[in-house]
Amino acid sequence: MAEYQTYPYDVLVIGAGGAGLRAAIQAASTGLKTGVVCKSLLGKAHTVMAEGGVAAALANVDDRDNWRVHFSDTMRGGQYLNNWRMAELHAKEAPERVRELEAWGALFDRTKDGRILQRNFGGHRYPRLAHVGDRTGLEMIRTLQDHGIHSGMDVHMECTVLSLLVDSGRVAGAFGYDREKGHFILWPAKAVVLATGGIGRAYKVTSNSWEYTGDGHALAYRAGAELLDMEFVQFHPTGMVWPISVRGILVTEGVRGEGGVLRNSEGKRFMFDDIPDLYKTQTADSEDEGWRYTQGDKNARRPPELLTRDHVARCINREVKAGRGSPHGGVYLDIAWIKQHIADAPVHIKRKLPSMYHQFKQLADIDITKEAMEVGPTTHYMMGGVKVDGDSEMSTLPGLFAAGEVAAGLHGANRLGGNSLSDLIVFGKRAGEYAAEFAKKNGAGAIDEGQIQGAVNEALSPFDRGPSGENPYAIQHELQDTMQDLVGIVRTEGEMSRALDQIGGFWKREARAGIGGHRQYNNGWHTAMDLKNLLTVSEAVTRAALVRKESRGAQFRDDFPEKDPEWGKKNNIVRRGDDGGMIVESRPVTPIPPELKAIIEEMK
Amino acid sequence: MSDQALFRIWRGDASGGGFQDYKTNIDSGMVVLDAVHRIQAEQAPDLAVRWNCKAGKCGSCSAEINGTPKLMCMTRLSELNLDMPVIIEPMHAFPSIRDLVTDVSWNFRVKKTIQKFQPRKPDNPDGTWNMQQADVDRVQEFRKCIECFLCQDVCHVLRNHGKHDEFIGPRFFVYAAALEMHPLDTADRIQDLRKKHSIGYCNITTCCRQVCPESITITENAIIPLKERIVDRYFDPLKKFFRIL
Repeated sequence: MAEYQTYPYDVLVIGAGGAGLRAAIQAASTGLKTGVVCKSLLGKAHTVMAEGGVAAALANVDDRDNWRVHFSDTMRGGQYLNNWRMAELHAKEAPERVRELEAWGALFDRTKDGRILQRNFGGHRYPRLAHVGDRTGLEMIRTLQDHGIHSGMDVHMECTVLSLLVDSGRVAGAFGYDREKGHFILWPAKAVVLATGGIGRAYKVTSNSWEYTGDGHALAYRAGAELLDMEFVQFHPTGMVWPISVRGILVTEGVRGEGGVLRNSEGKRFMFDDIPDLYKTQTADSEDEGWRYTQGDKNARRPPELLTRDHVARCINREVKAGRGSPHGGVYLDIAWIKQHIADAPVHIKRKLPSMYHQFKQLADIDITKEAMEVGPTTHYMMGGVKVDGDSEMSTLPGLFAAGEVAAGLHGANRLGGNSLSDLIVFGKRAGEYAAEFAKKNGAGAIDEGQIQGAVNEALSPFDRGPSGENPYAIQHELQDTMQDLVGIVRTEGEMSRALDQIGGFWKREARAGIGGHRQYNNGWHTAMDLKNLLTVSEAVTRAALVRKESRGAQFRDDFPEKDPEWGKKNNIVRRGDDGGMIVESRPVTPIPPELKAIIEEMK
Repeated sequence: MSDQALFRIWRGDASGGGFQDYKTNIDSGMVVLDAVHRIQAEQAPDLAVRWNCKAGKCGSCSAEINGTPKLMCMTRLSELNLDMPVIIEPMHAFPSIRDLVTDVSWNFRVKKTIQKFQPRKPDNPDGTWNMQQADVDRVQEFRKCIECFLCQDVCHVLRNHGKHDEFIGPRFFVYAAALEMHPLDTADRIQDLRKKHSIGYCNITTCCRQVCPESITITENAIIPLKERIVDRYFDPLKKFFRIL
């Protein structure tokens, strides 16, 4: 018999970023016993990394903005593969969720008349992102954390969940261990909310923190829930490229929102060369018009640097491949040039982009008020994830909910910047609310000791094999190389088939992974545990990307470079087959109701 | 820069431990956390280190590097003298868990003892407030805090005198200051700061401000104004006189 501690909850939330904390606050507010489990310390989750802002049609800066414009911008960005109901709810509810943060103590930057200031961002028609300099995510997570600790929730810090427990087709709890001591823990729960974030650590160059190993995706998949849109991985166009050890760290889109421009080694603003038809009417046709847009001129159209992320990332990729890149394999992002327009430009830049100034100064010895930055694409965000019901965020496994990056649907084939922070609070709240409702209606499921014993045996097996087994760090690094090289920004059938073969090899090596020492804060063991999740999501991304024989949103297929209208009507579902093998199914997109379709047409 | 460097890393747990030497290859632009990761991947898989974002934004990888409290992810090897071993220790003000990882849970318990944010009634019918940027600026400085707890580590009241039961430390004076100076907040934390949180123990040596990776002017902008508010209320002879009347 395995030894473990038991902490029962009505609602268990896995993950303590923006979505997890917002869900827990909501569930706890209904009076239910609510627990939060997180891999890091409280307040360290990846939400702290979010820079640019939270998108909400508050219309504080441009009164033409409203939920209908936000809705249609989100659908256009997602190339109409989005779950329309989520896009609708998100656009309608984001303003209320943002104002609620202010009531809980968040201090956003202000307009001259004292309201919440909003900035321009790629793909948003009007200035829409409420922000705090370039550290909006920190402000948000700290607000939720400081509010949450007084709301009655219990927090289990530095714990990893190994598996979800299932009882006759519904979720019954979770099983895992605390990282500090290595003790096993059982969390029986009437409802479980996954809020575990993304999968960026499957790639070598990523803006994501170590936690992003696809845990929630893999837990849900193994428990029998369906995943959606797994082929859509967003590569952010601007990550740091040098020094090599900081490669991938995010350079916020806010730099471009404040007037930063992209140039190649010839000094040319190459983004003007390639503007997609879908965006032609909304894009500036001169450098001057683009500049005026960033400074709030309502009659100007956005500069091409603020086109969607997938497009900007591919243009950068093209410049580098054509030999017009910067010395370390990126292109130049220049904000210093605004001194031509603004008298106290260095002060202005430091005030608007303090973290960026700090990051480049400290890590690369570059003063961004004087010199251009070198930037290149970095793996940033997972559009795909657990398939959920738009209203309740319940997955296809009853009692299991998902919110934030781990859930899919809102963003479709590509996410707009700023729509992630709003996603967290809108759907975090909904997931918490409906998980509480489920818990009240359905009570507790039965805990199966056999499932627990299975999880324990699997978790301890790397110690049985000992240090002579496969090095888990080495497997992880090689997997990251495979995904980076073969399933990255530009994809082909041949390369992805090779990736699948290699992933098969990694699965075999993972089964032989070994580790020495004991269970107390053993990073080697933690890495071995994360591997299964990384392999599951890597396989899912690759299989779904192979099936989608077209280029759309974040997926670019070199062998199918055009959009295929037939594929525009289908989502890919990934699920576990009865034999344990991975199945990809293409299913028709849920039709958009006529009144929402009319909004999209009107905004075209 | 030399191709190899020697790292002297403290390894052990609550029952004790000692330094172990690791030689590893280094590349240009590397930070201390990169070197620790390389050692972990190649020589010491079970070396315990806490980290998260590796971009100076989450405040997880706090340690003492050559005796100075720093974030490992933001300390470039080029700033250090690599002719000498680079000494990496866990923070001293908190109990050891293992190797470079300390038990910082005390900080999370302390935070709960500070009265939470209580806003005034909304200014507008739609539940919103009006605030000027100038009024928000000084609180935004405090809200840059990434809770790395390096200020707590270096504070002699905690580090040398172990007053964890009475004194909340610089991080939570900054937190309290952010609440006290928040344009909307209506709660009063001054008595707590004086009595329960013992702000009087701080004799403003500015050690905390010097190690803050976010460059928050902890002593001058947060602690001293709080001390002034306490003096105003409790030690102003004129006010005392009027209170008696």
